[in-house]
This record gives sequence, structure tokens and C-alpha cells, in this order.
Amino acid sequence: MPRIYTLKNNSVENQVFVNRIIAAFCIVVFLTIGLVVRLVYLQIVGHEHYATLAKENSVKIQPLVPTRGMIYDRNGKILAENTQSFSLELIPEQISDLDTTLTQLQQLLNIPNEKIDQFQKQRKRQKRFISTPLLLSMTDEEIAKFAVVRPYFTGVDIQSRLVRHYPYTDLAAHVVGYVSRINEAEMKTLPMSEYRGSSHVGKLGIESFYETQLHGKTGYAEIETNVQSRAINTFNTVPPAVGANLYLTIDIDLQKTAYDALEGYNGAVVALDVQTGGVLVFSSRPGFDPNPFVIGIDYDAYQALQSSENQPLYNRALRGLYPPGSTMKPFVALAGLEYNAISFEQTHYCPGYYQLPNVPHKYRDWKHGGHGAVSMSEAITESCDVYFYSLASVLGIDNMHQFLQQFGFGEKSGIDLVGEKMGLLPSREWKQQQKNQTWYPGETLITGIGQGYLQVTPVQLARATATLANGGKIVTPFLVDKIVTATETQSGSETHGKIIPLKSINVQHITDAMVNVVHDAHGTAKNIGKNITYHIAGKTGTAQVFNIKQEAKYNENTIDFKLRDHALFIAFAPAENPKIAIAVVVENGGHGGSVAAPIAGKVIEQYLESLNAK
Amino acid sequence: MQSETRHEQFERHSFFGNFLRKLHVDIPLFVTLVLISILSFVILYSAGGQDLDVLIRQATRVALAFGLMILLAHVEPYQFKRWSVILFSLGIVLLLAVLILGEIGKGAQRWLELGAFRFQPSEMIKITTPMMIAWYLAEYALPPKPKQLLIASALIALPTLLIAKQPDLGTALLVASSGAAVLFFSGLSWWFIVGIGSLLTALTPILWHFMHDYQRARVLTFLNPEADPLGRGYHIIQSKIAIGSGGVYGKGWLGSTQSELDFLPESSTDFIFAVFAEEFGLFGCVSLLVLYLLIISRCLFIASQANDTYSRLLAGSLAFTFFVYVFVNIGMVIGVLPVVGVPLPLVSYGGTSIVTLCAGFGILMSIHTHKKLKPY
Repeated sequence: MPRIYTLKNNSVENQVFVNRIIAAFCIVVFLTIGLVVRLVYLQIVGHEHYATLAKENSVKIQPLVPTRGMIYDRNGKILAENTQSFSLELIPEQISDLDTTLTQLQQLLNIPNEKIDQFQKQRKRQKRFISTPLLLSMTDEEIAKFAVVRPYFTGVDIQSRLVRHYPYTDLAAHVVGYVSRINEAEMKTLPMSEYRGSSHVGKLGIESFYETQLHGKTGYAEIETNVQSRAINTFNTVPPAVGANLYLTIDIDLQKTAYDALEGYNGAVVALDVQTGGVLVFSSRPGFDPNPFVIGIDYDAYQALQSSENQPLYNRALRGLYPPGSTMKPFVALAGLEYNAISFEQTHYCPGYYQLPNVPHKYRDWKHGGHGAVSMSEAITESCDVYFYSLASVLGIDNMHQFLQQFGFGEKSGIDLVGEKMGLLPSREWKQQQKNQTWYPGETLITGIGQGYLQVTPVQLARATATLANGGKIVTPFLVDKIVTATETQSGSETHGKIIPLKSINVQHITDAMVNVVHDAHGTAKNIGKNITYHIAGKTGTAQVFNIKQEAKYNENTIDFKLRDHALFIAFAPAENPKIAIAVVVENGGHGGSVAAPIAGKVIEQYLESLNAK
Repeated sequence: MQSETRHEQFERHSFFGNFLRKLHVDIPLFVTLVLISILSFVILYSAGGQDLDVLIRQATRVALAFGLMILLAHVEPYQFKRWSVILFSLGIVLLLAVLILGEIGKGAQRWLELGAFRFQPSEMIKITTPMMIAWYLAEYALPPKPKQLLIASALIALPTLLIAKQPDLGTALLVASSGAAVLFFSGLSWWFIVGIGSLLTALTPILWHFMHDYQRARVLTFLNPEADPLGRGYHIIQSKIAIGSGGVYGKGWLGSTQSELDFLPESSTDFIFAVFAEEFGLFGCVSLLVLYLLIISRCLFIASQANDTYSRLLAGSLAFTFFVYVFVNIGMVIGVLPVVGVPLPLVSYGGTSIVTLCAGFGILMSIHTHKKLKPY
């Protein structure tokens, strides 16, 4: 039956609406009764139960803090552990006048103001019945002093706590990092329930990157207490799950060799297992002692570290940006072969300088007077600049950019640490975007010898060297080999990247030339090639810190130390069956061959020996 | 025309009643709102750690909100109808703006910075959504036909999804229910309501799929608070202890030990009912619920007396949404609903929700006080 839709029937609508109002009212009353029933259940039926729970807050949920996981090197040597230490702790709930108590304790034990502030911050974050440390790692004298007056301080007690300790101090600080007190910003981002009882969190290095695994899972206990807040009964305990132990790929003895070899300089050494990308050495000198950060470093000490000229807090291996200098030459040479820009045997005459057509500017070779006619092998062995100016000019910046990018220059290596720098691999597009300028041919030349805009980090350089040693198989550096929990062992973050398609004959040519760098009579690193039974393939580099005027001559002895060239060296060994790839950067070290190469030589020697010993 | 009730006669003849009538204020509603505000100050003083500043700040907000209420009571209802579409569209645009700015700022964002003060578009949309739906349905004969129903549902879904994406599940629920309430009052078939209800229940697993981790965690916590007593379950456990320990008569004003000792989180905002229940016991709770019931009943009465379809639908929806507000908050605090961030209306500390609620009451008062001056 057709019905009229357009006309409104007001009286019907009115009736429907009034019915709905009544229905709505019934729903409201019905649901309200539901709420009342629930309230009756809580407040009458459950009253006694809840009153008991609430009485003097007799039942407290006490977090049980998990023990933080340990960190070991590849041979099981301890890099981070938890040591027993005594701390002065306060339970705010039991102290009637907290401010007075704090003032008295401050006078008695000579506590600096910052520690009081830290304590106050932590206290505000926690429940009033949770014991909060005021002084960590108390000395025997402090313990004795407090023991005498202890009866007068209710709610203040000496507790034994586990405190993080780094036995290798400055040696591994830039790898392992450290834990420190949770600050206000972290309070907002950390999961509250997991950190309710924790006072420290990883701030740097492995401690920070693997925070979740190292921290473990917080447990809890429901504790019944009496009026004096003494625990009288514990029930419903869920034990904490201890943090995972981490086994690093680092060999701490090798790390020590590298670090000691750097003595007297600032710099970095990164060595990788060629096959896996596992980091064997990750050294940045100077380091710093992370232990004071754990118990709360005092202001002056921190300022001293911050303002030190040598910047010990600066992780050079991860964040240091250096011009690669001549260490870039093997990669540029390989690009030349791969793109058929030049053959391995073809020679180029080096008069000691290079000139672009119609430009008066002379691009100088490091060797005054030049190398004469050189082949690629000789150009690498003797590190001839003019050969590479010419090759770069033939290749062009676009080809060089495309080729070098494959080796990971200009991108993060992906190592399991926070704060890695990208470096800079310049290109036409980059210059247009960043500087709004076109690319000049001269810039192509100096890119060819690793100068100009080019910037690399030591870890990038090591990665590229390992990739070359692998014949193009890209590795991603990683530090954690195994993550071991109570129930399972997880392997670390070894990943296999793609493979750069390279002709093996070309790679062999470059390797041979790099072997000559170390083992040929003309090689720039020939001093480390003596008295060894295996072959090292290497390349020295000397990176200019500042530009020398056209006609001036660089004289190492007359120049200010801070303006001296950086010394670099990359290498892999044994050349025939590579096991280790290494990159060394020595700031203001002068020549790569004389300063950086011996450091690499020592590390390689020790590592290959340790492999033979197994 | 309905005949005047005795109350309305009184209102018309007494001097004070005349004054308030000129102000377009509905006396029963106004009185109950004032009562509940006073109650709010009393409990805020206790829950907020006996801090007079907290009280003064809240009193200022309430005064502002009441001012807005009286202002809106003066606007004639047909004006609301006229502006419905524009205000709703504006609200949607602002919600989009918040979402886009939030994308840029990487993270949840609910606020729009407008010079010196912050503005929460999702609050405005709580009122403009029922306005829009009522405007749309009022054009047609009721109950709505499937096509109108479909369009109306889309109009509800749009702001709901935008708010859910912020993500603010509590407000999204309130907006959705305010729109759904309009449909309910428009005479939607009971069979249909039951059908949609069961369909939604069946769709819950899909909704689960789209929820954020923290939202899922809240639902899980609600189902089993003891599973995470240090984190999310903590609120519900502590709140139940506070309420239960209050008993029949409560511990007396300022007698709450749970909020005092910092056991109860968010004691002056979302969980203020727990403090109230601890201090005033079952008697207090029932009294508060009765007060809320009085407000809701008066609002439903106003809806029933409204002359035109638009006013009826809007008034009915505002009344019912107010109840949803109360029910969701108390239900969450006493542990029968999952924890969603909805404050206890007119009682919790905070300005935005009070302003929106009072704007709603202002519209209700306008609907009620103008019809006698301007017969339909």
C-alpha cells in the first residue's frame, strides 16, 4: 500500500517522541540502579575486605627490581657488572620532617646539594613507602659516621644495592656506554610499571641501545605491613625476570691494544670481522670513566669532561667526521675499472700537478716534482694524486657518487648504537639542494682523492673496507653477538646485505695494489710489512685539515699541532683470505703511513695470532 | 498546546521567578546545577590536597561556563537550527586541522593553539553533532527512512572517526552516542536498535584490530586488573579500595586516606568519584546519583515539552548524552567499564568539559524558555 512520505504527522510523531522520552528515562533509571548495585557490592558487601586493604595502607604493592643483565666481550670478559655497594636510603613515609632530616644528614655526611636535588626528584616520582637512595656507593667512613647516629633517624637506613660497574673504564666507555639516574624527560617516556622501582636507565652505547633486554622485567610483591610500616607478611609474589646477558663481538684485549697504540693522539680504530660484520675493535680515544656517571657525577667533574680540549665524551668512531683522504683511492680506482674508464695497466704521466683545460689553477700532488709515468698499481702503491685527479675527471662526479654510495658512504652503517653520523658523499643534487650552486669540475678532482666535501666516519670506512675485502658482499657492523636470558639464547643482530656486482678480476687488481702499499719497496706503509708471514692489503691516507696556499709548502714541523693533517689507514688481512678489516684515524697524526698504519699492524697481528691459537 | 504546570505558574508570578525568566533561565535545572557545583567544590578541596588555588581556578571556570550557559539561553532556538550546518562543518574542519597539525608534530594532539588560549575542537563537536543530525532529520517525516538513516550514520561516523584517530576514544564514544541518541529519539524501530546492537557486538574483534596498543591494554586491564598491578591495573585496584573502604557512611569530609597518601592517581580529575565515595560512603554516592537523575529528568522533561522536531531531538540527545557521561565515568571508576579518559561531569577538575556541558544546558534552557514567548 502506497504511503505518503513527505507529510509529517505531528500528533503521531509527538506520541512516538514522548514514548521515546519515557523509554530513555527507564534506561537511565535502570542503568543508575545498576551503578547503585555495584556500589552496594563494593561498599557494603566488600567493605570489610577493602577497609582492611586500605587500613593504614596495610597492603602495598612493592616492585621487585630485576637485576640488570651483564655485558661480556667475545671471550667472556666482563665489560659491565653489578657490584654490591652500600647506599643511604630514606623511606619518606616514615619520616615526619623530611626537610630537617635531609639537612641533618647533609651536615653529617657532607652531601653535595645536587645529590639532595636528585633525591627529591626521584622521591616525587615514587610512592611514599618506597625506599629511595640518597647516597650511593658509601665509603667505609660514611657508613661508620651514620651507624653512630642511626637510632635517631627513623626511616633512614643503610641498604645494600647493586650498582653498575665498568671494570674497563675508559677503554670500552664508547661501546658499552653507561647507566645513570632516570631524569625527568625519561620519566615521561619510560613505561611506568616497568620502572616503578628502578632508579637507573641506560644512557649511552650498548646500555642504551639494548635497554629493554638488559633491564629485564619488574616483578612485584603484595606486602602487608604494620603501623610502623614494617613488613609482616608477603603474599602474591611475582618474581622479577632478570635482564638478559649480552655477549659482544668486541675482543677487549684487541681493543686495549688499539687504544694503547693511539696513546698521545686523539683518534679512532674500528675493526670488523670481514665475514660477518661483527665489530672486533671499536675504540675512540680519549675515552672517559663511565663509573662516576652511575653514582651521579659531580658538577665540576662533568664540566671538566665537557670542556676538555680533547673531547673525551665525543665518540669519534661513531660520530667523528673526517675527510677520508687517499684511503678513498682504492674505491675510486675500482670505480674506474668497473666503469671501463681506464685499464689496470694504462699509465698516466704525473708531473707533480694537474690542470683542468683552460684553468690556471694547479692541483698539486703531495710529492713535489711528481711520480713520473704511473700505472694504477703504482698510483695506489705510491698514492699518486695526479693519477686520481685524471681518473676522477674521466669518471665524473655522477659515476663516482653512484659507485661509492654502494659501499655505504654517505649513509649510516646501521651499527647497533644510537647517534651514528651519516657522513657526506657529495653529488650534483646535494650541492644544488644544500648550497644552491652548480657542481664545479675542480670539485670532482678533489673528491677523487678523498678531499673536498667528502666526510666519512671511522665505522663507515671500516665497513667499506670489509665490503671490498669481501669482493662486494656488504656487511652491517654489529656489536651484540648473543643475547642470553634464563630460558633462551638469541643471536645478535647479524644481517646480510646485498652484494655489489663487481668483477672479481678488478677486485683482485685493487687487492694486489693494496698489498703493494704494505709490501712493496715503494709502498707508503712499507714499514709494517716487514717480518710478517702473511699479506696485508692496505691504503694510507692523509687528510688535510686546512688548505695550503698555492705556492706554500706544507711543513709538518713548523705547523701548529691542531692544524696538522689527520693520518688514516685502512687495511684487511690476510689479503688472500681476509679475516679482519680495519680503519684507523689519528687526528693531527701527520702521515698515514708512519702513524696510522702501525696501529693497524699491531691489531691485525694480535687478532690473527689469536685465531691461530684457537 | 500543553497547559502550564503549577511550577511554571509559580515561575511566572513570583518576583524572583520573573527575573530569572527574563534571564531565560530554567529554575529547576539552574538550582540543581548550582547544587552539584557546590558539591564539586567541596570534594575538590579534599581531593586536590586542600589547595585553595585549585578551588579558585575551578570556580572561575564554573563562573565562565555558567555565563556561557545564560548567554546561550538567550539565543532563540531557531537560531541554533539555522547555524547547525555551519557550526558542524566548522567543527569538522577544525578536527582535520588538529589531525594534520598533529601529523606534523608527530604524536597525539587534541588542541588547537589560537593565540593565547587553547581550543579543543572535539569538545565543540560534542554539541554540534547532535545539532547537525537533528537539523537533518527534522526536515523529514519521522521515523527516518533507510536512506536518511544511512546519511545520518555517515554524519555521525565522520567526527567520531576523526576524534578516534587523535586518539581520544572517550570523546569519540561520547560524540557517537550523542548522534545515536538523536536517532533513538527520532523513533528508530526497536528491532533496528537491537539489530545494530548485536551487529556492533559481533564487530568488536574488528574494532580490536584497529585499536592502539594502549587502548587494548586498557580493555585487557579492565577485564583483569590484577594482571598489571604496577601499571594500568593500579588505577582500578586503588580506586576500588578507596570506594569499598568508604562503606555506608564514608570516612567524612577530608577523611580520604587513599588520595591523601597519593595512592589514588588522578584523584581530582577522572577518579574524583572514588574520593567522593571514600569520604561520603554509599549515602553520598546515592545522593550524587539522585542529583544527576534530577538533572537528567528535568532535561528529558524539557525535551518532552519542546514544540518542534529539531528542538525535541536536540534536547533529548543532550539530556541522554549527559547521562552517558555520568555512566561512563562512574562505571570506569567502580570497575564495571574500561578506563577511558572521561571526567565526572560538573565535578571533575578541569575547564573544557564544564564549558561544553553548560553550553548544552544553555541550549536546553533556550528551548524551554522561548517556546512560550514564541508559540510554534
